[in-house]
Amino acid sequence: MSSSTATQDFVPKTRVGKVTDYVDSRVGGSSLVKEFGRKIFPDHWTFMFGEVALYTFVILLISGTFLTFFYDPSMAETEYDGSYLPLRGVEMSVAYASTLDISFDVRGGLFMRQVHHWAALLFVAAVAVHMLRVFFTGAFRKPREFNWIIGCVLLILSLAAGFTGYSLPDDLLSGNGLRIIDGVMKAIPVIGTYLSFFLFGGEFPGTAIVGRLYVLHILLVPAVILLMIGLHLFLVVLHKHSQYPGPGRTNTNVVGYPVGPVYAAKAGGFFFIVFGVLAAIAAAFTINPIWNYGPYDPSPVSAGTQPDWYIGWVDGALRLMPGTLGNFDLEFMIPFPWGTNALSLNVLIPALVPAIILFTLMFAWPWIEGWVTKDTREHHLLDRPRNAPTRTAIGVAGVVFYCVMWAAASSDLIATHFMVSLNDVTYWLRALVIIGPILGFMVSRRISLALQRKDREIALHGRETGRIVRLPHGEFIEVHEPVDDYKLYTLTSFDSPRVSQPTPDENGKVSRLDKVHGRLSRFFFEDRVAPVRPSELAASHDDHHDEVAGTKDRESIASR
Amino acid sequence: MADASHGTPGTTIEFGSPNELVDEFENPGIPPHRPRLADRDPRAEKRAERQVALLFTISVIGTVLFFVGYFFIPLNDTIERLRLQNLTLGLGTAFAMLGIGVGIVHWAKTLMPDHEVTEDRHDIRPESDRQDAEQMVNDILEESGIKRRPLIRNTLLGAVLLAPLPAIAIFRDLGPLPGNVLKETLWDTGVRLTRDPSGTPIRASDVTIGSAFHVIPEGLNEVEDMLEEKAKAVVLLMRLDPNDLNPSPGREDWGYDGIVAYSKICTHVGCPVALYEQHTHHLLCPCHQSTFDVEQEAKVIFGPAARPLPQLPIEVDDEGYLVASSDFQEPVGPSFWERG
Repeated sequence: MSSSTATQDFVPKTRVGKVTDYVDSRVGGSSLVKEFGRKIFPDHWTFMFGEVALYTFVILLISGTFLTFFYDPSMAETEYDGSYLPLRGVEMSVAYASTLDISFDVRGGLFMRQVHHWAALLFVAAVAVHMLRVFFTGAFRKPREFNWIIGCVLLILSLAAGFTGYSLPDDLLSGNGLRIIDGVMKAIPVIGTYLSFFLFGGEFPGTAIVGRLYVLHILLVPAVILLMIGLHLFLVVLHKHSQYPGPGRTNTNVVGYPVGPVYAAKAGGFFFIVFGVLAAIAAAFTINPIWNYGPYDPSPVSAGTQPDWYIGWVDGALRLMPGTLGNFDLEFMIPFPWGTNALSLNVLIPALVPAIILFTLMFAWPWIEGWVTKDTREHHLLDRPRNAPTRTAIGVAGVVFYCVMWAAASSDLIATHFMVSLNDVTYWLRALVIIGPILGFMVSRRISLALQRKDREIALHGRETGRIVRLPHGEFIEVHEPVDDYKLYTLTSFDSPRVSQPTPDENGKVSRLDKVHGRLSRFFFEDRVAPVRPSELAASHDDHHDEVAGTKDRESIASR
Repeated sequence: MADASHGTPGTTIEFGSPNELVDEFENPGIPPHRPRLADRDPRAEKRAERQVALLFTISVIGTVLFFVGYFFIPLNDTIERLRLQNLTLGLGTAFAMLGIGVGIVHWAKTLMPDHEVTEDRHDIRPESDRQDAEQMVNDILEESGIKRRPLIRNTLLGAVLLAPLPAIAIFRDLGPLPGNVLKETLWDTGVRLTRDPSGTPIRASDVTIGSAFHVIPEGLNEVEDMLEEKAKAVVLLMRLDPNDLNPSPGREDWGYDGIVAYSKICTHVGCPVALYEQHTHHLLCPCHQSTFDVEQEAKVIFGPAARPLPQLPIEVDDEGYLVASSDFQEPVGPSFWERG
C-alpha cells in the first residue's frame, strides 16, 4: 500500500477544488473532462436544427410534467362547473373538464398548455428539417448509416408522441381525429375490426382510449425517444461531427470550436433562446382553443378544421384518393366460402401507400445510394447539395410529394379563401401529387447542375466585380477578379463520381444485377459537371480570355 | 477545350496529367484568423461586455414581469383577463429566457476566443481492437460450449421463441370481440326520430320542403353507452320535392312524402356528414369532402367515399310523428372487413 504513494497525493486548496476533488476521486470525472472538455465541434448554422429538436424535447418534458399534475385522463362523465361560463353545466368527460381547468383555473396553466403544444409542433418540424439537412448533405453515408436509421425511428416516434398528445383533451376535434383513426383501422383487412376494438376497449369511442393514449404519451413514447436520443448523441460523439468541405477541412480532421468554453456557451445559450422564442409564441398566439370546440360528440363537426401540421399529409392523402374511378369502385366485396368480406382500397391506399413509399425509401436510402455508388469509404466531409444533383433531385421529389399531400389537407380552406371550386382544387392536387414530384426532380437536378457550372465559371474566370472598364483600344470589359485560394478550394474540392459501366465476367456475360446497377449508375451520374482541376485553371489562364483582365490590362487599369 | 471548360454534362474531360489524383488543388489550410472588433479595440470589448450584462438584466426584468402577471393579474372568469395574464406570463418567461440565451451567445461570439481548432479523427475501429475482440468472442463462445452442445442450443432456442407468446396473449382482454354490434343500432320498428341533442320528437308536418334536421333515436340520451350508440345512430332528415327523389325498387316506401333519412356517419372513415346543400340536395362531409346526392339515394358523386350513405326507412305513427320502420338495412359508417 505505502509503496504506491511515491507520487505526492493531490491536495486541493480552494473550497471549489475540495468539492470537485471529492466527487472526482469517487467517480473519475477527470478523464471525462479530459475527453470532452476541449472536444472540437464543427460549427454551421444548418447543424442547429438537431439542437432545436433536442431542446424542444427538453421543453416538452418540462411543460408536459407540469401538465400531468393537473390533467386527469378519465373518460368518466362529469358536469363542468369551472370558470368558463359558456360550458358550465355541460356534460363532458373528466379529461376534457380537467383540460378546461388547466386553461382557466390554474394560473399559468394555459401558458404551459400553449408552450407544450407549440413545442410539439416545433419538435416535429425540427426533426424533419434536421433530417432533410442530413439527407441533402449526404451525412447519412458511412459510417453514419445507423444514426440515420435512429433518426428515422425518432421521426416516427415524434409523430406518435404528437398524435397521442393531440387526442388527450378529448374535445370535439381530437375526438373526430380518433374517429378517423378508427375508420382507417377498420379498413385493414382481416384484423382491422379487432385492432379497433382492442385499441378502444370495445366500440368507438368507448371509455378506455384516453387513458391508454395517456400512458403511451407520457411514458412509453417519451421513454423510447429518450433512449433513441441517447443512442443518437452517443454515435455523434463516437463518429465526431461531420463538417462541410472547405479550406483546412479534410476527411480525417475536425475543424471547429472546442466544447469549453465557446461551443458549450453557444449551444447552452441556444437552449434558452429556443425556450424564449417558444414562450413568446405561446404568450401571443392561441393554439388549440379547446373551449371553442366543446366536448366530444359524434354528431357535430365544423368545416375547416384541420389536424396538427405533421398529420396533415396523411389526412390530405385520404382526401385526394377517389372512392370510385369512373364506374369502378375501389371498395371490393370479396366472396369467400364463409361469406363476403369488404376491402376498402379507397381508405387503405392513401393511408398506407404514401407512408410506406416515403418511409421505406428513407430507411433504405443509405444502402440504396451506397449500392449505386459502390462507395465503401468513410465520409466525414459533407456534400454541398448541388454537388450531388441526383440525390438532391430525389430529395426534392420526396418533399414535393409530401407537400402536395400536405396542401390537400387544406383543400377546403384553399377553396374558400381563393373562391375556387373545391372539386377543382382536389382535381388539380390529384394531378400534382403525381406530376409534382417528377417536375420537382427535373427542375432541381437542372438547378443543381447549373449551380455547379456557375461554380466552375467562378473558379475558372473569377468573380464578377461589376466594374466595366474601357481598354485603351476602345473595348469594354467587365473586370473579373480571381477568387482566393480558400474560395477556390471550396469550389473545386468535391467528389464527382462517374458512371460505372457493368463489366462482363470471363464468359463475356453481364449479370442482370450488374445491368440494373449500370442503369442506375447512369441515371445518377450521367449528367455530370466535373470540378475544376489545377491544370485546367492554368490552361484557362494561358488561353487569353476576354473577360479576365490579363496582367497587362490590369496594370493599365490600375494606372488610371 | 472551350466546350469542356463550360462543363457540358456528359463530356468526358481529360487533362494533361496522366494521374488525375495528382491534379487536385492543394488544401490551403484554415484561412487566417480575422480579429473581431472586440479583439482589437478595448472600447468595443468593454461595450460588448456591457451589452451582455444588459441582456442578463433584461432576463431579470422578465422574471419580475412573470411574477407581476402571476400575482397582480387575478383571473375573473373573463377570457380577456385570461389572455392578459397569459401574455404577461409568456412575455415574462420569454424575456427571462431570451435575456440569458442571447446574452450567453453574444458573450461567446464577441468575447470568447474564436480561433478555429483542428483535431484528428480516430479510427472508429482500430484493426488491433478488432482482432482482440474477435479472439475474445471466439474464446467466450468456446468456453460457453454452445457450439459443441447442440441439444442445449436448440432447446434454448425453442424456449426463447415460445416464451414471449404469453406476453402477446395477455393483451387479449384489451377489448371485447366485435361480434355483431357494428351491424346494429338503436333504430328499430317504431322508434321515434327526435332532434339532436334535445331529444324532442319530430312531426312530419314540422319538416318543410328544403329543411334538414339532425336526428337521434328516441331515448338515446338515457342509454348507458350513449356516445357509442350515438356514433352509429345519428341521422340526417331532409324533405325534398317527392318528384326529385328516385327511389330504387323495394325502397319506394322508405321515405314519407318526400321526407328521407340518411345515416350521418360517413362511409369513408366515419366523420359526421354535417353539411347539407339545400339547392343541390348534396350532402358534404367536412373532413374529406365526400359528396353524396340525396336525389340518387345518397350516391357518392365526389370524394374518397366509395359507398352511398345507408338510408333509414321511416314512416309516420298514429300521432303524426316520424318513426323508423326498421333498423338500417346495412351497417352504418366506415367499412370493415366483416361488413359483408
